[in-house]
Parts: sequence; structure tokens; C-alpha cells
Amino acid sequence: MEIELDPQPALNKAGLVTALLEHLPAHSVLHHDEELRPYECDGLSAYRQCPLVVCLPDSLNQIQAIMRLSHEWQIPLVARGAGTGLSGGALPLENGILLCLAKLKRILDIDPHNRTARVEPGVRNIAISEAVAHHGLYYAPDPSSQIACTIGGNVAENSGGVHCLKYGLTVHNILGLKVLTITGDVLEIGGQTLDSAGYDLLALMTGSEGLLGIIVEITVKLLPKPERVQVILAAFTRIEDAASAVGDIIGAGIIPAGLEFMDNAAIRAAEDYIHAGYPRDAAAILLCEIDGGKTEIEEHSRQIEKIFQNNHADEIKHAANESEQQRLWAGRKAAFPAVGRISPDYYCMDGTIPRHRLTEVLKQITAWSTEYQLPVANVFHAGDGNLHPLILYDANKPGELERVEEFGGKILELCVHVGGTITGEHGVGMEKLNQMCVQFGKHELSQFHLIKDAFDSDNLLNPGKAVPTLHRCAEFGAMHVHGGKMPFPNLERF
Amino acid sequence: MSDHSHTLQHQVIDAIQEHTQLCITGGGSKAFYGRPSAGTPLSVTAHHGIINYEPTELILTARCGTGLSEIQDILADQGQMLPFEPPHFGSNATLGGAVACGLSGPRRPYTGAVRDYVLGIRCINGKGEILSFGGEVVKNVAGFDASRLMVGALGTLGVILDISLKILPHPRQEITLTYELAAENAINTVNQWAATALPLSASSHDGQQLYLRLSGTPSALKAARTHLGGEVLPDAERYWKDLREHQHVFFKHEEPLWRLSLPPATPPLPISGDCLYEWNGSQRWLRTALQANIIRETVARRGGHATLFRGGDREGTIFHPLTPAMKTINKNLKLAFDPHSIFNPGRLYSGL
Repeated sequence: MEIELDPQPALNKAGLVTALLEHLPAHSVLHHDEELRPYECDGLSAYRQCPLVVCLPDSLNQIQAIMRLSHEWQIPLVARGAGTGLSGGALPLENGILLCLAKLKRILDIDPHNRTARVEPGVRNIAISEAVAHHGLYYAPDPSSQIACTIGGNVAENSGGVHCLKYGLTVHNILGLKVLTITGDVLEIGGQTLDSAGYDLLALMTGSEGLLGIIVEITVKLLPKPERVQVILAAFTRIEDAASAVGDIIGAGIIPAGLEFMDNAAIRAAEDYIHAGYPRDAAAILLCEIDGGKTEIEEHSRQIEKIFQNNHADEIKHAANESEQQRLWAGRKAAFPAVGRISPDYYCMDGTIPRHRLTEVLKQITAWSTEYQLPVANVFHAGDGNLHPLILYDANKPGELERVEEFGGKILELCVHVGGTITGEHGVGMEKLNQMCVQFGKHELSQFHLIKDAFDSDNLLNPGKAVPTLHRCAEFGAMHVHGGKMPFPNLERF
Repeated sequence: MSDHSHTLQHQVIDAIQEHTQLCITGGGSKAFYGRPSAGTPLSVTAHHGIINYEPTELILTARCGTGLSEIQDILADQGQMLPFEPPHFGSNATLGGAVACGLSGPRRPYTGAVRDYVLGIRCINGKGEILSFGGEVVKNVAGFDASRLMVGALGTLGVILDISLKILPHPRQEITLTYELAAENAINTVNQWAATALPLSASSHDGQQLYLRLSGTPSALKAARTHLGGEVLPDAERYWKDLREHQHVFFKHEEPLWRLSLPPATPPLPISGDCLYEWNGSQRWLRTALQANIIRETVARRGGHATLFRGGDREGTIFHPLTPAMKTINKNLKLAFDPHSIFNPGRLYSGL
């Protein structure tokens, strides 16, 4: 994969390493080939590139020194947390520094009375909830990689998870950030208050994929743990019925904590792997989690059961106790690795669509699956229309990855066409640059570049990611479509 | 109900060419908010109407000139609501104004702010281009979050044309409980309750009494009431509406009105003036003739910020002063959207 950058002068790698070693201990600066290899990719392993050097700072001063050098030497800087990202956002650049923030993993402050925690970017997502559990509190966003992924990465990607239907994404669950800019400034954004003066930089930084600044501290909002949780499974013979049940639940005024969909391919893969007790012959299952007080849950359970019945569910199962709840969830949470067992490789997509277009989009994916002769397993966040089609393939077969990418690209373009987006929670990174040309027109993309300029006019922070150049879009030839409808006949080419 | 996007776009392009500045105006209900803006009025009220409302999708898209009341009535017919309970401050309040001012009501600490529910914005930037960010889906991380950036920017980044919002079902039932408690005790109590799984949806303290609103299913409220005690407030809907709209007796005074944003559990501040608490203590209204710098320093020391909400010197600094680094980024962003500085000059900060 070619990474677009302005031509850089030949770099004196030895000189850079020497300069870095003035500020960091030797074990925090990796520059030999065999040390760099483990950092060549993030969770999207189809893209690989070794960086010039990897820096593993463990203090703010060290990060500032690295950023100063990056600025002075005009060397690009790519930030990385645990490297679990699925869009190549932390893919290194050949001529760049990879700034790995995983060593900054201190929980700096827990304030149970104000219900906040202040943490360093390398703290793992689940470690926050574990650290505050004895106060009866937790941090709500729970991406499926939560045992490994870092909060810094979560902010950079605006990560979601199965519970964001009710509790929102990362952007809804953080209150403050400390950010270092490439010019050496410290931005204190928000804090323990619900708003701050000036433009909403908290929102802008969230999901900015490391292009605007380096996040060195995060204040997260903590929520009280719900009193009770109930999980209900419903199996359907027809996908349409499952899709319509989703709309009916929301329409009835119930916001479940999570509402997940799995199709037959995903059900079988998960069942063979985890034995969660899913009906193997169902065309689709829905897993619905509701939380709240005892009586409220009982009321909602009854309503949801009735909705499932009205939508011709063949089987409805209420988890009898916590271990059964965990078993029902285990199949869903292990769905990706379960699919990994039945196929040498799989490619995970991340489009979001309006819920009422679910059935037609799934049907089109099935038709393309036949056309491309590539099986697809569907497992996704039905409540908020966030699809995760997994395309099964074998990277060792010549040309197969290219077919997968073409098929995947079509799915994302379909998501845009029905009024959705190319990425719900995994980010654009390196992977979806071409589809960005489908979702946005040249004016929006130019505006994104201007926002980038406002923070990083030298284009040093994660350059080439997240926002494609207009030139790239012209080459891709996709800017004739915008939002699936508006033509752009006079496309500028330069 | 009509689309005036292109008329507005031409007005912006004319302004760029003629080097004139524009003062974007909607219903005018929040004209008092912020600093007075220079420029020729650019009225957006004709750009009006609901473009899409899909109750089962929990999504609504409307033009900026659409009345807040109109939207809320249509939502109420479907048992739904704007989750951020925006203050109107007048019968002519528009959706565009609510989003541009970024003000949220009593429900804010429990369900979220305006910016939390904005999913997409179509706008005109300072180059006269019509741009579309975000969309009508809840999860969307493609590109920078320019839509949320425009919330609370007071029109200084562009003319907001259309707004897509996530909406929520209205709770089946609401009750309000009251308690005789002094301010410090009330702040403690309400923050302890907020740390447990109770169906809270609003709180306030007026100096003597703590008011607590609960929302949810009838059975959930019954259970919570047994736990919480207190007296049931009659005509509670009226109470929260008056509070939200600044019709409460507290606001009927001549002194300058400050809005303080603080970590919720912060004890009452040692400054003179009358204080009304909301949002578990996170939003405080202070009526005082004290000097701005005293208020700002006191609040900043506790991790907060202060806004001169009504009255006082409107030409002075209204919003909390920014650090030099934040000022630079704010200025850079302003110029990124509005390179000729034509939109609402000075409304947010002098020079922005």
C-alpha cells in the first residue's frame, strides 16, 4: 500500500537515534530491524510497514522531546496505543517515528464523588472499570478488544462497543483531555466539568486518529453500575423478521443496553467454537440486553418478548442467571475468532446504515457474496445499524485479497448510498481512504485538510491517514458521487 | 416549509465579494447571549421545515429556522423528545439557534448535551461552500467531527443549514421530590445518589430546597421513591420549565447573571451573591455585582469556568478567557472555516 507524502529529504537515521537517545534511555528507542518488526502493523495486518524508529516514552517530558525533534527534523510521527485498531490508523511510516504510548499506563486520579477518573493514554479500557469497581462505578464504552486496547486509542478512534446503543461512544463518555501539539503547546481541554469555554475541541479531538495532537491524559466519566441486567435471545427463520423486531423494540420506547444480530454463518461458527446454546438452524438471532431496576426489567422483558413473538420468533430464551447471560454473550463476543477458525483469513467491515435499510443491505451483501464466491458472516450492532460483515478468504490464494477489497469497498459504498457511513467505530485509517472519496465531496475533504492545518501545518502527525488528498480521490475516480446522490461533474485534478 | 440553502449561499458569496460581515439571526430569542456581533443581519428563519423524521430510527433532520416548539410538538405526538431539553428563552426559538448556542436544560447531566445528540450538520462555510458533515446514523467516525465543533460556536464557524439529531423516547412517567437541605448538604446528597443506579433526570437547589426529578417506568419510580423519601412536588412540570426558561423567581433580578460550570461535588463557593444549583452542582447560576476577575479566579481554581450569561458589560469578555495555546487553536480553527472573518465577528470572543 502506497502512502502519500510530500518528498522528504534523505534522513540521517543514525543522527536521529543519537538525538533521541539524549532524551530517552536506550531501551526506549528501538531502531534495529528485528526490534521494529513487531510494530510493523496494527490490528489490520494486511498493511505492513516498518518505521524508521519506535519510541517508547514513559513520561510527558520524553514525549515532548520526541515531538520537538519530530518538528525540528520534520519527521512524521505516528501514535500507537496497544495496536488493536482495525483500520491501519497506527500503521507506521517508512520515514517516520512510531510513538508508542503503551508505557504511560498510570491511573492518576479516581474521584468517586465527581464520578471521574484521570488516566494516562496507555491505560487499558477494562483496567479503568476494574480500578473503580469497588465504588460501584464503571467506564461505559466497551469495544470488544477492551482487555487489550488503550483508552488513548479509544479516544483517537472514538471507539464504541456493544453497549453504545444506550451509553454512547467514547465522545459521550470523556470530559477532559490533555493534548500536546506538534508546535510544543499543551492544550488543557475540559476537565471535570460538563462543558468548557471556546470551541468544542473535546469533540474534535475524539476520533481524530492522531492527526491533530498527541493525547497524554484523559478524564473519563464514570457511571453507576446498573442494578440488574437481563439478556434475551430470540431466533428467527427470516432475517426480515429479526430486522423488523429491532425497529419495533426501539419504536416501543425501549433503549436496550445492547442489541446484537448474528446471521446463520456467524451463529454456526460461534456455536461450534463456544457452545453458547444458539439454535444452529436459525437464519438470524438477536441478543438483547436490558438493564435497570428489577421491576423495570421485568416490565421491559415482557414487552420485548411480545415484540419477538409478533415478529415470528421461533425461540425466545431469557437467561435464567448471570452465568447463562455470560454464556449467551460469550458466543457473540467470540464471533470474530470463531470465524477465524473456519477460514484462513477474514476481512472485517464497519459500515453503518439507517436501521430500516437493514434487510435490503443484507440481501445485497448475500448476492455479492455469491458473485465474488467469497462467504460472508454477519455479526453486528443491530440497535445502531453498525454492520460488521466478515468476508472469509484465503490470503495465500493469488488475487483473493484484491477481490475481498473490491467486495468490501462495494459494501461501504452501498452503506453511503442508503444514507449511512463507511465507518461506525473502526476509523478510516489507511484502509478506507478511497471510500472517504465516496462519502465526502472535495469541499468537505478540503475543510478537513484545513482543520488539520489549524493544528499541524507541517503535516507531521500521522500524515496520509484518515483524510485522503483530493489528488488521490481524483485518481480513485469516486468523487463523482457524493452522499450517493450529488454529482460532481467539474472535478478538479491537480 | 422551504429550502433556502442557495439563497443563503448567494448572500454569503456576496458578502465575501463585498467585504461585508454578517450577523446570523434566527428567531432572536438568544440574541442576548454572547457578545454583540457586528455585521449585516443574515436572517435564516425562512430556511424552515422538518426534512426527515423517522420515529423508529430515533432520528430527526430539520432546517435551522424550524421552531423548537414545532419540533417538540411533533416529537411529543410520537412519545419522543429532544433529550437535551433545550431552553427556548422565547416563543420564537429555532433549532439552529439552540444548536449554535449549545445550551442544554435540566436533563443534561443524565442524558447528555446538545452536542451529544447532533449527528450531522449541513452548513455554509466562509468560502461560500455548502458542506455536509456526519449524517443520519448514530455511529459515524468518518472524517473529523466538524458537526459537533459547530455546536456552541455561536455561528462563528459558518451558517448552520440543516441539523440531524438523535432523539429519545419520552420517559413514561416523571415525578419530582423535594427535601429541606442546606446547599452543601444538598450537593453531597445529590452526588451520592448520582453515583448509584437511580433513575434521576434533573436536580436543583434554590438555597433552601433540593429538587430531584425521577424519570422512568411507573414501577421503577415507585421503587426509587420508597428508597429516596422526600415530598412529592405538585405541578413539577411547571417548576422545571420555569427553571429551564429562567422564569423562576431567582432570575427576576437586575444584577448580572453568571453561569458557573464546575466539577459537580465542588462545595458552595466563598463568594457573595445568590446561587442556584443545577446538574448535581455542575451548573450554577450566580447573581452578583462582584468583579469578573474575582469570579473567574475563584471558579478556575476549582477546575471550572464562568460565563457572564446576562447583564453586565456585554462588550467585555463574556466567556471564560482562553489560555494562549487554546486561543491560538481557536483562532486557527475560526480561520480554517471562515478565512475572511465574515461570520458573527466578536460574538464568542473579541477577535474571533
